[in-house]
Amino acid sequence: MIRVRLPHHLRNLAGVGPEVTLEIEGPVTHRAILDALEARYPVLRGTIRDHTTHERRPFLRFFACNEDLSFESPDAALPNPVATGAEPYIILGAIAGG
Amino acid sequence: MTGVRLLVGTRKGAFILTADGKREKWDVSGPHFGGWEIYHLKGSPADPNRIYASQSSDWFGQVNHRSDDGGKTWNTVGNEFVYEGDPGPHQWYDGTPHPWEFKRVWHFEPSLTDPDTVYAGVEDAALFRSTDAGQTWQELPGLRGHTTAASWAPGAGGLCLHTILIDPQNPDRLYIAISAAGAFRSDDAGQSWTPINQGLHSQYIPDPNAEVGHCVHRIAMHPSRPEVLYMQKHWDVMRTDNAGDTWHEISGNLPSDFGFVVHVHAHEPETIYVVPIKSDSEHYPPDGKLRVYRSRTGGNDWEALTNGLPQEHAYVNVLRDAMTVDSLDPCGVYFGTTGGQVYASNDAGDNWTAIVENLPSVMSVEVQALP
Repeated sequence: MIRVRLPHHLRNLAGVGPEVTLEIEGPVTHRAILDALEARYPVLRGTIRDHTTHERRPFLRFFACNEDLSFESPDAALPNPVATGAEPYIILGAIAGG
Repeated sequence: MTGVRLLVGTRKGAFILTADGKREKWDVSGPHFGGWEIYHLKGSPADPNRIYASQSSDWFGQVNHRSDDGGKTWNTVGNEFVYEGDPGPHQWYDGTPHPWEFKRVWHFEPSLTDPDTVYAGVEDAALFRSTDAGQTWQELPGLRGHTTAASWAPGAGGLCLHTILIDPQNPDRLYIAISAAGAFRSDDAGQSWTPINQGLHSQYIPDPNAEVGHCVHRIAMHPSRPEVLYMQKHWDVMRTDNAGDTWHEISGNLPSDFGFVVHVHAHEPETIYVVPIKSDSEHYPPDGKLRVYRSRTGGNDWEALTNGLPQEHAYVNVLRDAMTVDSLDPCGVYFGTTGGQVYASNDAGDNWTAIVENLPSVMSVEVQALP
C-alpha cells in the first residue's frame, strides 16, 4: 500500500481527504505512483504533470522521507519506506503567489 | 423572462448572482472552486442550464468544469489541449523565437445552437473546439497555421486568444482576437483565417499597413448587424462596418481611449459602452473617477455615466471579459472590477448599483436571461 499526500486544491478537486492510498504492483517509482493516482482519480490528469510529456508541473515538488525527490528519474525506485507505506509520498505545491 | 443569472469569474473562485426581472435584489452563491483563478464562465445560449467554466492555476494548470443545472453542481471535464502537428515558435517579448506552449483557457464561447459544442480561446494563442460538451478538445489549426503566426508576440498578459464572436446570421463566420496579434475572421467555420486589422494604428508598429501585431483588447457585435464590430484596442476605440475589412476610430470625446472592455446595448445596435482607463502604464480610471461611457451614435459622441459609481479614489481596472449586457428591457449592463465590485444597471447605464463589493479581483462577468 502506497500513501500519497495531496495539496489542498487537488484534494478538493479529487474529492478526497489529505491522504489517499494506492496499490501498485511492481517497482514503486514516481511514474508508477502518478500513473496509479491518475487512473484512480482521472480529474487529476494534467494537474500534476503534463498530459503528453509527463513532465512535473514546475510549481510542484515530490517529497518523501524528508528528501526532495523531484529531480530523480521518473523511473527511479523510491525509498523503501514509501514502497512499504511506512512513509507517505508527498506532492507539495510551491509556497508562492497571492 | 423571470430573471437573470450573473456568472462572475475572479482570481479566487467563481460567484453566481441571481435576481428577478427587476434586477434590484441579488442572491450571491460562491465561491465555487474557491482559491482557483476562474478566467471565464459562460452559459450556452441554447440551454441556459449548461455552463462552462475555465479554472486555471500556475500550480496545477488548466481544469475545466461543466454544469448542467445552472451552476448548482459541476462536473470536471477534459483539460487536454494538444496543438495540431509541430506548433513551431512564435515571437517572444525580446523578438526571439519561442515555442508554442499551452498555458490556459481565457475564454469559452458556447455554440449558439448546440449546448455540446463550445469554442475555447487559449494561451498560447489558438482556437479549440469541443463537440462533446467539453470532454475532448480539438484545435482548429488553420488559425495558428496562418502565415503570420511566427511573428505573433505576446502582450503583457501573454499570447492569449481572448475574444470569440459567432455570427448569428452565418454560422460559418467567426471572429477572434489575440493580444498582441490582432483580429482575425473566418468565413469557413474556422478552417482558414484572414487578419482584419487594416485601419488600426499602434504606436509601436512603424508600418501603418501592418497585417498583424496590434494589441486588440476586445471586440463586440450586435446580433442584428453582425458586419458591424466595435473594438477596444490597447489605445483607440475602433469600428468597422464591413466585417473587419477596414476600421476607423470612434474614440471621439473620451477622456482616454485606452481600456479593455467594449459592449453593445442588447436592443440598440448603435449604443455602445466602454470604460476608459488612464493609460497602458496606469491601469485605473482617469482622475480616480469610475465612469462608464456610452455612445448612442455608434461612437465619437460619448456621455459619462456616473450615477451610483464612485467619483473619487477609484483606482480599479475593468478587465476585457468583465462587462456584459442582458437581453431584458430595459437593457441591463454589468461590469466587475479588479477591486472586487460588481456593478449593475437595470436601465441601460443611467443608474448603477454595486450588487456585491468585496469579491476577489474580478476577471470576467457574463449574464444569462432565464426563461
